[in-house]
Amino acid sequence: MAEVAHAEVGHGEHHDDHHEPSFWSKYIFSTDHKIIGFQYMFTGMAMALIGGYFAYVFRMQLAFPGSSIPFWGTLSPAAYNSLVTNHGTIMIFWVAMPVLIAAMGNFLIPLMIGCDDMVFPRINRLSYQIFLLSAIVLLASFFVPGGAFGGAWTSYAPLSAKAQYNSTPFGAPLWLIAVTLEIVAFLLGGINFITTTMNARAKGMKIYDIPMMVWMIVIASILFMCSVGPLVAGAVMLLFDQTLGTAFFDANAGGDPVLWQHLFWFFGHPEVYVVLLPAMGIVAEVTCTFARKKLFAYKLILYSSIGLGILSFFVWAHHQFISGVDPRATYLFTTTTLLISIPVAIILFAFVATLYGGSIRFTTAMLFALAFTGEFLLGGVTGIWLGSSGTDIYLHDTYFVLAHFHYTFVPIAIIATFAAIYYWFPKMFGRKMNETWGKIHFWGTIIGFNGIFIPLFILGAGGQHRRIYNFQNYPDLAGADMQDMRVFATLSLIVMLVFQIPFIVNFIVSIKRGEKVGKNPWKANTLEWVAPSPPPHGNFGPVLPEVYRGPYEYSVEGREKDYWPQNEKPESEAT
Amino acid sequence: MAHQIIATSRSRTGIPTGRLAVWWVIGSEILIFGGLIATYLLNRFNHGPSWSAEAAHTNTFIGAANTFWLLTSSLFVVLAHAASERRDARKTRMWIWLTIMLGGFFMGFKTYEYTTEILHGYTIFTSNFWSFYYTATGLHGFHVVCGMVIMAIIAENDIKNERNWHRVENIGLYWHFVDIVWIFLFPLMYIAK
Repeated sequence: MAEVAHAEVGHGEHHDDHHEPSFWSKYIFSTDHKIIGFQYMFTGMAMALIGGYFAYVFRMQLAFPGSSIPFWGTLSPAAYNSLVTNHGTIMIFWVAMPVLIAAMGNFLIPLMIGCDDMVFPRINRLSYQIFLLSAIVLLASFFVPGGAFGGAWTSYAPLSAKAQYNSTPFGAPLWLIAVTLEIVAFLLGGINFITTTMNARAKGMKIYDIPMMVWMIVIASILFMCSVGPLVAGAVMLLFDQTLGTAFFDANAGGDPVLWQHLFWFFGHPEVYVVLLPAMGIVAEVTCTFARKKLFAYKLILYSSIGLGILSFFVWAHHQFISGVDPRATYLFTTTTLLISIPVAIILFAFVATLYGGSIRFTTAMLFALAFTGEFLLGGVTGIWLGSSGTDIYLHDTYFVLAHFHYTFVPIAIIATFAAIYYWFPKMFGRKMNETWGKIHFWGTIIGFNGIFIPLFILGAGGQHRRIYNFQNYPDLAGADMQDMRVFATLSLIVMLVFQIPFIVNFIVSIKRGEKVGKNPWKANTLEWVAPSPPPHGNFGPVLPEVYRGPYEYSVEGREKDYWPQNEKPESEAT
Repeated sequence: MAHQIIATSRSRTGIPTGRLAVWWVIGSEILIFGGLIATYLLNRFNHGPSWSAEAAHTNTFIGAANTFWLLTSSLFVVLAHAASERRDARKTRMWIWLTIMLGGFFMGFKTYEYTTEILHGYTIFTSNFWSFYYTATGLHGFHVVCGMVIMAIIAENDIKNERNWHRVENIGLYWHFVDIVWIFLFPLMYIAK
């Protein structure tokens, strides 16, 4: 069957040779999984710049309240709310999701499982087009009367449900439509990822030969699909509340505002693991390659991820300990929340154990992967306080919460993504990024990141509440010592943003002028390194690879080379 | 595009890729309707008597007739699948169009029902029961219409190429799912008073 299909590819390429595809059909309306991956990646990066710019503006307001902000002007309270809301929305839905799952999944899954494309290339293209439309709708909401939605990324009812409360008659529905479109895009993409991995794996790739990155994206896609359904129903209900005037979430007319919180967090908490798992997949790949070690406890990591996924459906109400949920239920949700730290810890310590006894190479990608492990651990540990209903009642909605989830999301969406970009850049463009500038970028990012959020932990524990426009209006929070920490955090943010310039320059210059590399510059095992760099249309040429072993056979005793590609024929068969 | 993707023709699970994807689509749809029905049920339990009084105004006769149309159409789509397995294009086409016809009956009855409800003053704003009623049955009706459109495309276009005949089975799976959603909505909205 497969052999017959191989012959078909040869014919197909002859057909394509008749005319050189135009720029539009090659880069804009392509069905090639690699191009679609790039589209997601570049859209996500552009959105990350917008989200970072928003963060800069509102951090400046908090550090220097009321003053004119360079590149913005004076910030009004309503605009402050819009920026905070859309910073969160963009960073989760339009940066973490597209870059970690869609870009990496599209680019890597067909390469890593050894086939020529996704099983549904046109659905894949549709998925990106819907995603792009959603991004445009979100950005357009800044230019409608009333401005963009300002009711926080959680969009709690009744604030979000009635224009008379949120004062954004057009911004709120547009925000909701954008999020729903984005969800549709990822449902389409997710089905593609799952079916591709289930059905289109290379000959010989058994279930435990699948690279961890692919596993993680598939588990994340299933998690997303299972958690987002009720939110889609909730979004329809909220949209009717906003536009038609129904009262699903309006307590005045018999509705229930807490219902929205349940629907949102039933999705919102698994969503954390939806983006966490691909990040862990990246770190697994990078760590193994640069420690020259077999991944420690592959099956345990896999089972822990699945267990993590299942448990993540039973923790959502820990966001609602003070929303009037039954106090008896908080015991249950505290228990499940504390339990879920066990699989996460197992996976992180498996990465540490992978390092043990390895010959570690501190490339930029490896530095980012190591930083992920350390920084995410901090984010996870602070989650233990917040998961316990007792301490959460005090810490709820303070900057402690904010610092906690940034210590999880920044390692996921920023640090792990950089690890992935530095690691797979040679495969994407056939050239390496500059390591020196990469390390400068790394240290600037890490120092800046910790400089922002360590002060915010302290401020939060000191009682500084979230979503406040100007702390000078609150005598308890207006002290000079607290203000100094706010200024420090803002300056750290500027440091972190400035250090992204070397990255952007490095990225663009390296596409054209980076050091040229062959198929396998890092001497890694997985199948994407068998394809040429950059892979052509169809990825592997006329013959698709076959798989003979697991993905992490590094430093195998008795072998001359310290790596053993998955597709290399065993000695007994290689004649 | 002349280019044939190898990935699409592979089948490591033994299940054809298209059917596998339809199962995943149904999985995600179950969660969308599941979320909606679960919130409806929780509301119903919390507001027992007042919601039951509202539910007494739904038209059980039309609900039952619509259940009959949909269940019969499920039979027809199975017959269409059986005909496609026998490679009988004419019969396949006929059974698909009969399925679409029953879907049309369903939508016609639904239109009449909505009209009478609205004329009697039970609109989507009347109360939360009616909000749920119109949202859930409306979302379901939207799925029925989508299924009818896709079936028409299959009957008139895809049937010409035997390579695409598996789509009859795929749309059949989806159509059964739409029926099953109705099997949940019918007792919840019409029978339980």
